[in-house]
Amino acid sequence: MIHTAIIMLAVGIFAGIAGAILGIGGGMIITPILTLGMGLDIKYAIGASIIAVIATSSGSTIAYLRDNVLNLRVAMFLEIATTIGAIVGALLTGVLDPKYLYLLFGCLLVFSGWNMYRKLRRGQEVLQRVEPDKIAAKLKLNGTYFDKAEMKDVDYQVENVPAGFSVMFGAGVASGLLGIGSGAFKVMALDTFMKMPLKPSSSTSNLMMGVTAAASATVYFFNGAILPGIAVPMALGILVGAVIGSRIMQVLPARWIRIAFIPIILYIGFEMLFKGLGVHF
Amino acid sequence: MEEKPATAREMAQVETIIGRILQVGVIFSAIVMLIGLALFLITGYSGYAGDFVPRQMGMILAGTWQLKPYAIMMLGVYCLILTPVLRVVVSIYAFYKEKDHLYVAITTLVLIILLIALVIGVKG
Repeated sequence: MIHTAIIMLAVGIFAGIAGAILGIGGGMIITPILTLGMGLDIKYAIGASIIAVIATSSGSTIAYLRDNVLNLRVAMFLEIATTIGAIVGALLTGVLDPKYLYLLFGCLLVFSGWNMYRKLRRGQEVLQRVEPDKIAAKLKLNGTYFDKAEMKDVDYQVENVPAGFSVMFGAGVASGLLGIGSGAFKVMALDTFMKMPLKPSSSTSNLMMGVTAAASATVYFFNGAILPGIAVPMALGILVGAVIGSRIMQVLPARWIRIAFIPIILYIGFEMLFKGLGVHF
Repeated sequence: MEEKPATAREMAQVETIIGRILQVGVIFSAIVMLIGLALFLITGYSGYAGDFVPRQMGMILAGTWQLKPYAIMMLGVYCLILTPVLRVVVSIYAFYKEKDHLYVAITTLVLIILLIALVIGVKG
Protein backbone atom coordinates (compact mmCIF):
# COMPACT_ATOMS: atom_id res chain seq x y z
CA MET A 1 0.00 0.00 0.00
CA ILE A 2 2.76 2.40 0.99
CA HIS A 3 4.72 0.90 -1.88
CA THR A 4 1.98 1.85 -4.39
CA ALA A 5 1.69 5.33 -2.89
CA ILE A 6 5.43 6.00 -3.25
CA ILE A 7 5.51 4.75 -6.87
CA MET A 8 2.47 6.90 -7.75
CA LEU A 9 4.04 9.92 -6.06
CA ALA A 10 7.24 9.47 -8.11
CA VAL A 11 5.32 8.92 -11.38
CA GLY A 12 3.35 12.06 -10.55
CA ILE A 13 6.41 14.25 -9.96
CA PHE A 14 7.93 13.11 -13.25
CA ALA A 15 4.69 13.60 -15.23
CA GLY A 16 4.10 16.98 -13.58
CA ILE A 17 7.52 18.36 -14.54
CA ALA A 18 7.27 17.07 -18.13
CA GLY A 19 3.68 18.24 -18.50
CA ALA A 20 4.28 21.77 -17.24
CA ILE A 21 7.30 22.29 -19.51
CA LEU A 22 5.65 20.94 -22.66
CA GLY A 23 2.04 22.00 -22.06
CA ILE A 24 0.78 18.41 -22.22
CA GLY A 25 -1.35 16.72 -19.59
CA GLY A 26 0.58 13.50 -19.26
CA GLY A 27 -2.46 11.30 -19.94
CA MET A 28 -0.57 9.62 -22.74
CA ILE A 29 2.34 8.96 -20.37
CA ILE A 30 0.27 7.88 -17.36
CA THR A 31 -2.19 5.54 -19.09
CA PRO A 32 0.60 3.29 -20.50
CA ILE A 33 2.50 3.27 -17.15
CA LEU A 34 -0.63 2.23 -15.24
CA THR A 35 -1.95 -0.32 -17.73
CA LEU A 36 1.24 -1.85 -19.14
CA GLY A 37 3.52 -1.25 -16.15
CA MET A 38 1.18 -1.91 -13.23
CA GLY A 39 -1.50 -4.08 -14.80
CA LEU A 40 -4.35 -1.73 -13.90
CA ASP A 41 -7.71 -1.92 -15.72
CA ILE A 42 -7.85 0.72 -18.53
CA LYS A 43 -11.01 2.23 -17.00
CA TYR A 44 -9.17 3.15 -13.77
CA ALA A 45 -6.08 4.24 -15.70
CA ILE A 46 -8.19 6.73 -17.66
CA GLY A 47 -9.79 7.95 -14.42
CA ALA A 48 -6.35 8.53 -12.89
CA SER A 49 -5.10 10.20 -16.07
CA ILE A 50 -7.93 12.75 -16.20
CA ILE A 51 -7.16 13.73 -12.58
CA ALA A 52 -3.48 13.97 -13.59
CA VAL A 53 -4.41 16.39 -16.39
CA ILE A 54 -6.26 18.67 -13.97
CA ALA A 55 -3.45 18.52 -11.40
CA THR A 56 -0.85 19.47 -14.05
CA SER A 57 -3.01 22.31 -15.29
CA SER A 58 -3.92 23.72 -11.86
CA GLY A 59 -0.40 23.30 -10.51
CA SER A 60 1.19 25.22 -13.36
CA THR A 61 -1.39 27.94 -14.15
CA ILE A 62 -0.73 29.38 -10.71
CA ALA A 63 2.88 29.99 -11.66
CA TYR A 64 2.08 31.16 -15.19
CA LEU A 65 -0.53 33.73 -14.19
CA ARG A 66 1.90 35.67 -12.06
CA ASP A 67 4.60 35.55 -14.72
CA ASN A 68 2.39 36.82 -17.55
CA VAL A 69 3.20 34.12 -20.09
CA LEU A 70 -0.42 33.00 -20.40
CA ASN A 71 -2.77 34.48 -23.04
CA LEU A 72 -6.10 34.45 -21.19
CA ARG A 73 -8.16 35.79 -24.15
CA VAL A 74 -6.92 33.10 -26.52
CA ALA A 75 -7.59 30.48 -23.84
CA MET A 76 -11.15 31.58 -23.11
CA PHE A 77 -12.13 32.11 -26.74
CA LEU A 78 -10.87 28.66 -27.79
CA GLU A 79 -12.37 26.99 -24.72
CA ILE A 80 -15.78 27.54 -26.33
CA ALA A 81 -14.59 25.01 -28.94
CA THR A 82 -12.87 22.56 -26.56
CA THR A 83 -15.70 22.36 -24.01
CA ILE A 84 -18.41 21.87 -26.66
CA GLY A 85 -16.10 19.29 -28.26
CA ALA A 86 -15.70 17.52 -24.90
CA ILE A 87 -19.47 17.24 -24.47
CA VAL A 88 -19.86 15.93 -28.04
CA GLY A 89 -17.02 13.48 -27.40
CA ALA A 90 -18.54 12.25 -24.13
CA LEU A 91 -21.90 11.75 -25.87
CA LEU A 92 -20.25 9.99 -28.83
CA THR A 93 -18.55 7.40 -26.59
CA GLY A 94 -19.84 4.00 -27.62
CA VAL A 95 -21.30 5.26 -30.90
CA LEU A 96 -18.15 6.12 -32.84
CA ASP A 97 -15.29 3.71 -33.46
CA PRO A 98 -12.30 5.43 -31.78
CA LYS A 99 -10.14 3.84 -34.51
CA TYR A 100 -10.86 6.73 -36.89
CA LEU A 101 -10.09 9.28 -34.22
CA TYR A 102 -6.73 7.63 -33.53
CA LEU A 103 -5.90 7.66 -37.25
CA LEU A 104 -6.92 11.28 -37.77
CA PHE A 105 -5.05 12.56 -34.75
CA GLY A 106 -2.03 10.39 -35.47
CA CYS A 107 -1.71 12.04 -38.89
CA LEU A 108 -2.18 15.51 -37.43
CA LEU A 109 0.49 14.95 -34.77
CA VAL A 110 3.05 13.61 -37.21
CA PHE A 111 2.35 16.62 -39.46
CA SER A 112 2.78 18.93 -36.48
CA GLY A 113 6.06 17.29 -35.46
CA TRP A 114 7.39 17.74 -38.99
CA ASN A 115 6.30 21.36 -38.94
CA MET A 116 8.04 22.02 -35.62
CA TYR A 117 11.20 20.49 -37.03
CA ARG A 118 11.05 22.86 -40.01
CA LYS A 119 10.57 25.81 -37.70
CA LEU A 120 13.57 24.68 -35.68
CA ARG A 121 15.70 24.61 -38.82
CA ARG A 122 14.53 28.07 -39.83
CA GLY A 123 15.07 29.39 -36.32
CA GLN A 124 12.19 31.89 -36.49
CA GLU A 125 10.22 32.01 -33.27
CA VAL A 126 7.90 35.03 -33.29
CA LEU A 127 5.47 36.05 -36.03
CA GLN A 128 5.56 39.75 -36.99
CA ARG A 129 3.38 40.69 -39.92
CA VAL A 130 2.91 44.14 -41.41
CA GLU A 131 -0.80 43.51 -41.85
CA PRO A 132 -2.30 41.98 -38.69
CA ASP A 133 -4.88 39.19 -39.01
CA LYS A 134 -8.39 40.73 -39.01
CA ILE A 135 -10.14 38.17 -36.78
CA ALA A 136 -7.23 38.08 -34.32
CA ALA A 137 -7.29 41.87 -34.06
CA LYS A 138 -11.07 41.96 -33.60
CA LEU A 139 -10.92 39.38 -30.80
CA LYS A 140 -7.85 41.06 -29.25
CA LEU A 141 -5.89 37.81 -29.39
CA ASN A 142 -2.45 39.27 -30.09
CA GLY A 143 -0.31 39.50 -26.99
CA THR A 144 2.94 40.14 -25.21
CA TYR A 145 4.86 37.94 -22.84
CA PHE A 146 8.00 38.38 -20.78
CA ASP A 147 10.63 35.85 -21.76
CA LYS A 148 12.87 35.10 -18.78
CA ALA A 149 15.46 33.25 -20.90
CA GLU A 150 15.89 36.30 -23.15
CA MET A 151 15.06 38.82 -20.40
CA LYS A 152 12.74 40.97 -22.52
CA ASP A 153 9.09 41.53 -23.46
CA VAL A 154 8.14 39.72 -26.67
CA ASP A 155 5.19 41.00 -28.76
CA TYR A 156 3.52 38.44 -30.99
CA GLN A 157 0.60 38.11 -33.39
CA VAL A 158 -1.64 35.17 -34.10
CA GLU A 159 -3.38 34.16 -37.35
CA ASN A 160 -5.59 31.38 -38.82
CA VAL A 161 -8.13 31.72 -35.99
CA PRO A 162 -10.82 29.56 -37.71
CA ALA A 163 -8.33 26.71 -38.32
CA GLY A 164 -7.13 26.87 -34.71
CA PHE A 165 -10.74 26.90 -33.49
CA SER A 166 -11.55 23.78 -35.55
CA VAL A 167 -8.53 21.82 -34.30
CA MET A 168 -9.48 22.83 -30.74
CA PHE A 169 -12.97 21.41 -31.28
CA GLY A 170 -11.35 18.14 -32.39
CA ALA A 171 -9.05 18.21 -29.35
CA GLY A 172 -12.14 18.59 -27.16
CA VAL A 173 -13.85 15.63 -28.84
CA ALA A 174 -10.73 13.49 -28.27
CA SER A 175 -10.60 14.61 -24.65
CA GLY A 176 -14.20 13.64 -23.98
CA LEU A 177 -13.98 10.41 -25.96
CA LEU A 178 -10.63 9.11 -24.70
CA GLY A 179 -10.38 10.79 -21.29
CA ILE A 180 -7.15 12.59 -22.10
CA GLY A 181 -6.09 16.23 -21.86
CA SER A 182 -5.08 16.27 -25.53
CA GLY A 183 -2.49 18.90 -24.70
CA ALA A 184 -0.34 17.90 -27.65
CA PHE A 185 -3.22 18.82 -30.00
CA LYS A 186 -3.80 22.07 -28.20
CA VAL A 187 -0.15 23.09 -28.48
CA MET A 188 -0.34 22.09 -32.15
CA ALA A 189 -3.41 24.27 -32.80
CA LEU A 190 -1.79 27.26 -31.13
CA ASP A 191 1.76 26.77 -32.39
CA THR A 192 1.39 25.23 -35.86
CA PHE A 193 -1.91 26.76 -36.99
CA MET A 194 -2.17 30.04 -35.12
CA LYS A 195 1.59 30.75 -35.10
CA MET A 196 1.73 31.61 -31.42
CA PRO A 197 5.25 31.43 -29.88
CA LEU A 198 5.97 28.21 -28.01
CA LYS A 199 6.01 29.48 -24.41
CA PRO A 200 2.62 31.20 -24.44
CA SER A 201 1.33 28.20 -26.45
CA SER A 202 2.44 25.74 -23.75
CA SER A 203 1.05 27.71 -20.84
CA THR A 204 -2.21 28.61 -22.62
CA SER A 205 -2.66 24.95 -23.59
CA ASN A 206 -2.07 23.99 -19.97
CA LEU A 207 -4.86 26.22 -18.70
CA MET A 208 -7.27 25.06 -21.40
CA MET A 209 -6.54 21.40 -20.65
CA GLY A 210 -7.67 21.81 -17.05
CA VAL A 211 -10.94 23.47 -18.03
CA THR A 212 -11.66 20.86 -20.73
CA ALA A 213 -10.75 17.97 -18.41
CA ALA A 214 -12.94 19.33 -15.59
CA ALA A 215 -15.98 18.64 -17.77
CA SER A 216 -15.13 14.98 -18.46
CA ALA A 217 -13.67 14.41 -14.95
CA THR A 218 -17.06 14.79 -13.26
CA VAL A 219 -18.42 12.05 -15.50
CA TYR A 220 -15.55 9.75 -14.51
CA PHE A 221 -15.86 10.80 -10.85
CA PHE A 222 -19.51 9.82 -10.58
CA ASN A 223 -19.26 6.60 -12.59
CA GLY A 224 -16.60 5.20 -10.26
CA ALA A 225 -13.48 5.27 -12.47
CA ILE A 226 -11.40 7.05 -9.85
CA LEU A 227 -9.45 4.91 -7.35
CA PRO A 228 -8.36 7.19 -4.49
CA GLY A 229 -5.45 4.94 -3.51
CA ILE A 230 -3.90 5.59 -6.95
CA ALA A 231 -5.23 8.98 -8.03
CA VAL A 232 -4.49 10.83 -4.76
CA PRO A 233 -0.74 10.12 -4.35
CA MET A 234 -0.29 10.69 -8.07
CA ALA A 235 -2.14 14.02 -8.02
CA LEU A 236 -0.04 15.19 -5.06
CA GLY A 237 3.16 14.26 -6.91
CA ILE A 238 1.97 16.08 -10.03
CA LEU A 239 1.13 19.28 -8.15
CA VAL A 240 4.70 19.38 -6.82
CA GLY A 241 6.17 18.43 -10.22
CA ALA A 242 4.08 21.02 -12.11
CA VAL A 243 5.23 23.88 -9.89
CA ILE A 244 8.88 22.81 -10.38
CA GLY A 245 8.35 22.28 -14.13
CA SER A 246 6.81 25.68 -14.76
CA ARG A 247 9.74 27.37 -13.00
CA ILE A 248 12.19 25.44 -15.22
CA MET A 249 10.19 26.20 -18.38
CA GLN A 250 10.41 29.97 -17.89
CA VAL A 251 14.21 30.07 -17.93
CA LEU A 252 14.63 27.40 -20.61
CA PRO A 253 15.26 28.70 -24.18
CA ALA A 254 12.27 27.99 -26.49
CA ARG A 255 14.58 26.09 -28.84
CA TRP A 256 15.35 23.44 -26.21
CA ILE A 257 11.67 23.00 -25.42
CA ARG A 258 11.01 22.43 -29.11
CA ILE A 259 13.84 19.90 -29.34
CA ALA A 260 12.31 17.99 -26.39
CA PHE A 261 8.81 18.27 -27.83
CA ILE A 262 9.42 16.97 -31.37
CA PRO A 263 10.33 13.34 -30.48
CA ILE A 264 7.44 13.18 -27.98
CA ILE A 265 4.87 14.48 -30.46
CA LEU A 266 6.17 12.12 -33.17
CA TYR A 267 6.12 9.20 -30.73
CA ILE A 268 2.52 9.88 -29.67
CA GLY A 269 1.55 10.44 -33.32
CA PHE A 270 2.94 7.10 -34.49
CA GLU A 271 1.57 5.33 -31.42
CA MET A 272 -1.92 6.62 -32.31
CA LEU A 273 -1.54 5.68 -35.98
CA PHE A 274 -0.53 2.13 -35.00
CA LYS A 275 -3.41 1.91 -32.55
CA GLY A 276 -5.82 3.10 -35.26
CA LEU A 277 -4.44 0.53 -37.71
CA GLY A 278 -4.64 -2.20 -35.07
CA VAL A 279 -0.90 -2.88 -35.06
CA HIS A 280 0.51 -4.08 -31.73
CA PHE A 281 4.07 -4.55 -30.57
CA MET B 1 -18.84 51.56 -10.50
CA GLU B 2 -16.48 54.01 -12.19
CA GLU B 3 -16.80 54.66 -15.94
CA LYS B 4 -13.20 54.52 -17.17
CA PRO B 5 -11.50 51.12 -17.68
CA ALA B 6 -9.14 49.87 -14.99
CA THR B 7 -5.50 50.96 -15.33
CA ALA B 8 -2.64 48.56 -15.91
CA ARG B 9 -1.72 48.75 -12.22
CA GLU B 10 -5.24 47.93 -11.12
CA MET B 11 -5.27 45.00 -13.53
CA ALA B 12 -2.02 43.70 -12.09
CA GLN B 13 -3.67 43.88 -8.66
CA VAL B 14 -6.73 41.97 -9.92
CA GLU B 15 -4.44 39.31 -11.41
CA THR B 16 -2.55 38.96 -8.14
CA ILE B 17 -5.83 38.51 -6.23
CA ILE B 18 -6.97 35.86 -8.76
CA GLY B 19 -3.61 34.10 -8.43
CA ARG B 20 -4.09 34.02 -4.64
CA ILE B 21 -7.66 32.66 -4.88
CA LEU B 22 -6.47 29.86 -7.17
CA GLN B 23 -3.47 29.09 -4.98
CA VAL B 24 -5.75 28.80 -1.95
CA GLY B 25 -8.07 26.50 -3.94
CA VAL B 26 -5.29 24.20 -5.13
CA ILE B 27 -3.47 24.14 -1.76
CA PHE B 28 -6.78 23.46 0.03
CA SER B 29 -7.51 20.41 -2.17
CA ALA B 30 -3.89 19.23 -1.78
CA ILE B 31 -4.15 19.44 2.04
CA VAL B 32 -7.46 17.53 2.06
CA MET B 33 -5.94 14.81 -0.18
CA LEU B 34 -2.80 14.69 1.98
CA ILE B 35 -4.79 14.28 5.23
CA GLY B 36 -6.84 11.48 3.65
CA LEU B 37 -3.75 9.73 2.29
CA ALA B 38 -1.90 10.02 5.63
CA LEU B 39 -4.89 8.55 7.52
CA PHE B 40 -5.16 5.76 4.95
CA LEU B 41 -1.46 4.85 5.19
CA ILE B 42 -1.31 5.11 9.02
CA THR B 43 -4.50 3.14 9.77
CA GLY B 44 -4.14 0.82 6.75
CA TYR B 45 -7.92 0.94 6.39
CA SER B 46 -10.02 2.75 3.75
CA GLY B 47 -13.01 3.21 6.06
CA TYR B 48 -15.19 1.00 3.85
CA ALA B 49 -15.61 -2.74 3.35
CA GLY B 50 -13.54 -4.35 0.57
CA ASP B 51 -12.65 -2.17 -2.43
CA PHE B 52 -15.68 0.08 -2.04
CA VAL B 53 -15.16 3.70 -3.09
CA PRO B 54 -17.76 6.32 -2.05
CA ARG B 55 -18.87 8.46 -5.00
CA GLN B 56 -22.14 10.14 -4.10
CA MET B 57 -21.62 13.60 -2.61
CA GLY B 58 -23.78 12.81 0.44
CA MET B 59 -21.82 9.66 1.22
CA ILE B 60 -18.48 11.44 0.75
CA LEU B 61 -19.45 14.27 3.09
CA ALA B 62 -20.85 11.87 5.73
CA GLY B 63 -17.70 9.74 5.50
CA THR B 64 -15.46 12.81 5.80
CA TRP B 65 -17.33 13.78 8.99
CA GLN B 66 -16.58 10.26 10.35
CA LEU B 67 -12.90 10.66 9.27
CA LYS B 68 -13.05 7.77 6.79
CA PRO B 69 -9.81 7.97 4.70
CA TYR B 70 -11.35 7.16 1.28
CA ALA B 71 -14.11 9.74 1.79
CA ILE B 72 -11.57 12.47 2.63
CA MET B 73 -9.40 11.50 -0.36
CA MET B 74 -12.40 11.63 -2.74
CA LEU B 75 -13.41 15.01 -1.32
CA GLY B 76 -9.90 16.29 -2.07
CA VAL B 77 -10.08 14.93 -5.64
CA TYR B 78 -13.46 16.62 -6.15
CA CYS B 79 -12.09 19.97 -4.91
CA LEU B 80 -9.20 19.56 -7.37
CA ILE B 81 -11.65 18.93 -10.24
CA LEU B 82 -13.42 22.18 -9.36
CA THR B 83 -10.27 24.35 -9.48
CA PRO B 84 -10.37 24.90 -13.28
CA VAL B 85 -14.04 25.87 -12.96
CA LEU B 86 -13.01 28.38 -10.28
CA ARG B 87 -10.44 29.69 -12.78
CA VAL B 88 -13.19 30.44 -15.30
CA VAL B 89 -15.38 32.14 -12.68
CA VAL B 90 -12.62 34.50 -11.49
CA SER B 91 -11.66 35.27 -15.10
CA ILE B 92 -15.18 36.64 -15.69
CA TYR B 93 -14.53 39.03 -12.81
CA ALA B 94 -11.12 40.02 -14.23
CA PHE B 95 -12.58 40.87 -17.67
CA TYR B 96 -15.41 42.77 -15.96
CA LYS B 97 -12.86 44.89 -14.08
CA GLU B 98 -11.07 45.49 -17.37
CA LYS B 99 -14.42 46.64 -18.89
CA ASP B 100 -13.97 44.06 -21.63
CA HIS B 101 -17.61 43.19 -22.29
CA LEU B 102 -16.85 40.93 -25.25
CA TYR B 103 -14.72 38.68 -23.04
CA VAL B 104 -17.15 38.81 -20.12
CA ALA B 105 -19.67 37.32 -22.59
CA ILE B 106 -17.21 34.76 -24.03
CA THR B 107 -16.05 33.56 -20.60
CA THR B 108 -19.63 33.38 -19.28
CA LEU B 109 -20.49 31.22 -22.29
CA VAL B 110 -17.62 28.85 -21.38
CA LEU B 111 -18.95 28.65 -17.80
CA ILE B 112 -22.46 27.83 -19.06
CA ILE B 113 -21.08 25.06 -21.32
CA LEU B 114 -19.13 23.68 -18.32
CA LEU B 115 -22.25 23.69 -16.15
CA ILE B 116 -24.17 21.80 -18.87
CA ALA B 117 -21.32 19.25 -18.90
CA LEU B 118 -21.54 18.94 -15.10
CA VAL B 119 -25.30 18.32 -15.29
CA ILE B 120 -24.75 15.65 -17.99
CA GLY B 121 -22.07 14.10 -15.73
CA VAL B 122 -24.32 13.88 -12.67
CA LYS B 123 -27.31 12.62 -14.65
CA GLY B 124 -25.08 10.06 -16.40
